[in-house]
Amino acid sequence: MGILEVRDVNKSFGGLQALNNVQLNVEEGSVHAIIGPNGAGKSTFLNCLVGRLTPDTGSVTFNGGSLLGITPHEINQAGVARVFQTPEIFGDLSLLDNVIIPTFATRDGAFTLNAWKRADQDKEVREKAEHMLEDVGLIEKKDFIAGSLSRGDKRRLELAMCLVQNPKLLLLDEPTAGMSRADTNNTIDLLKRIGKRGITKIIIEHDMHVVFSLANKVSVMAQGTVIAEGLPEDIKGDPRVQEAYLGGAHL
Amino acid sequence: MITATPRNDLLLMVFFAIAILTMPIWLSPIGAAYPDLLQRFAIYGIFAIGFNLLFGLTGYLSFGHAAFLGVGSYTAVWSFKLLSMSVIPAVLFGVITSGLFAIVIGYISLRRSGIYFSILTLAFAQMSYNLAYSVLTPITNGETGLQLAQEDPRVFDNLFGGAMESGTGIPPTNLFGMEMSGYPGFYFCAVLMIIGFYISMRITRSPFGMMLKAVKSNQNRMSYTGLNTRPYTLAAFVISGMYAGLAGSLLAVTDPLAGAERMQWTASGEVVLMTILGGVGTLMGPVIGAGVIKYFENIFSAFNDDALHEIFSFLPDVLQDGVVAVVGLFVGEGWHLTLGALFVIVVVFLPGGIMEGISRLSRIFSQKKAEEPTVKTRTQPGE
Repeated sequence: MGILEVRDVNKSFGGLQALNNVQLNVEEGSVHAIIGPNGAGKSTFLNCLVGRLTPDTGSVTFNGGSLLGITPHEINQAGVARVFQTPEIFGDLSLLDNVIIPTFATRDGAFTLNAWKRADQDKEVREKAEHMLEDVGLIEKKDFIAGSLSRGDKRRLELAMCLVQNPKLLLLDEPTAGMSRADTNNTIDLLKRIGKRGITKIIIEHDMHVVFSLANKVSVMAQGTVIAEGLPEDIKGDPRVQEAYLGGAHL
Repeated sequence: MITATPRNDLLLMVFFAIAILTMPIWLSPIGAAYPDLLQRFAIYGIFAIGFNLLFGLTGYLSFGHAAFLGVGSYTAVWSFKLLSMSVIPAVLFGVITSGLFAIVIGYISLRRSGIYFSILTLAFAQMSYNLAYSVLTPITNGETGLQLAQEDPRVFDNLFGGAMESGTGIPPTNLFGMEMSGYPGFYFCAVLMIIGFYISMRITRSPFGMMLKAVKSNQNRMSYTGLNTRPYTLAAFVISGMYAGLAGSLLAVTDPLAGAERMQWTASGEVVLMTILGGVGTLMGPVIGAGVIKYFENIFSAFNDDALHEIFSFLPDVLQDGVVAVVGLFVGEGWHLTLGALFVIVVVFLPGGIMEGISRLSRIFSQKKAEEPTVKTRTQPGE
């Protein structure tokens, strides 16, 4: 029994069947990559996991409870954090505040009318956030405005914001999209390091280099369904995968 | 740059309280130290502080805050009529009633954001305004406005001070017997503004305030961070509506009548101008903005051509007539022109309002003093 179980998920937009009986079983502590050509339904699938979209049929069970029909903030409170394709951060707050906010969210829940204490005097939260920034190597910039960071740094910050919540499951949507080689390698190193904490991760990725250096299980999606699943080295040689990638491209 | 440490906040608080309470002294050289205007400074300061808690922190631009001002006024006058001429129940009920209105209006309007939110709040305010003129005439007394009358019940006053002679006219609003007009009225409003300022400072510095800033910054990230944005925005809206209700009830305290024009959209627009002029999201800005606008409204509109001729009497006659003709456009009935020009200048050159101007000046000043380039990347609106 995995930490995340997806059974028979279907989703269509008008006449387009975006997801077709998707099955997925993610083991606790694993790094599970989902790869596939453009339009395979990867992002739709991810959106179904975090409450942005609701599947037409099927079930999504996380840690024993269903993730369907609940809002994104409830899904996060259940222990799922998400990194977006374009980093979603609090652009006009300081880096430290960016990390302090999720720390409060995890400790105090979805809403607390905590209007009389000073946020900057909360030692516990502040220390936790500063530790996290140190971990991702952004501590020197803690008073910078987050919007002024480079893309690579924004990604690090977003990761810090997710990790400080100590999630049970971390979803990464193309964490290295649009990054330089150097930034990509930095991100891989960072993800490897946090991999040691045993957080279960699902990575959606185009870059095979990233996939094969991080994942210990790979699912291949094409035309809205999972066509192959296995260890990275097995997937590399799978003819169905090559067919999906090259055959679909009409070279 | 001033960082928001508890010690600095305390200093700011002390400075603010002293500055407000000594207004009758330091405002007299510019002719603004008469009680009526001072009361207005304090009352509209409260209105703007509350408005800024919503607009400055969450970024939700309400265009209907005057509705709460009006509700506060009507409630206060009814409290004078039915309960007592004491200002305490008037203010209390004014704040509570407008808070209740804010819950309803906020609950519906906050389903949308951006321009749609603004339009919804505007619609509610205009609805209140028109209802006050038509259907609700029994409560609001329509065009005449709600006024006190000799035969009002004033249950509590008659219960405790039953011996009060009849035929002495309408008793004045009072705080434990102290008449709430003139300077006592100003000090009452000023103390409430200082308390209001303190509360707004606490909110801004609190985790709750931080969440409100997060709402403004990125709602999407906020919900994926496990935070429910709806109760945060609603709480901010209600708190801000209660400030407006307080301001409205104080308008009735200092001058016990309430008219529907208080709820008109121009009044809602005015508080937006005050906040932007002073500096959105800063603590002091809205107070300064409110002061500047009320000053212009009262002082500039009072100038007439004769007064101008006197001011420019040092010029030769021909020149004098020309100058007066031009300057005359900007004063008297034309004071809106001055305000408009000032607003354009501030928005174009100082998008952070007057507070940005002050913090720029202080930065230039402190750099000259320190003479060493300090690496500061975090720009915070001066407070």
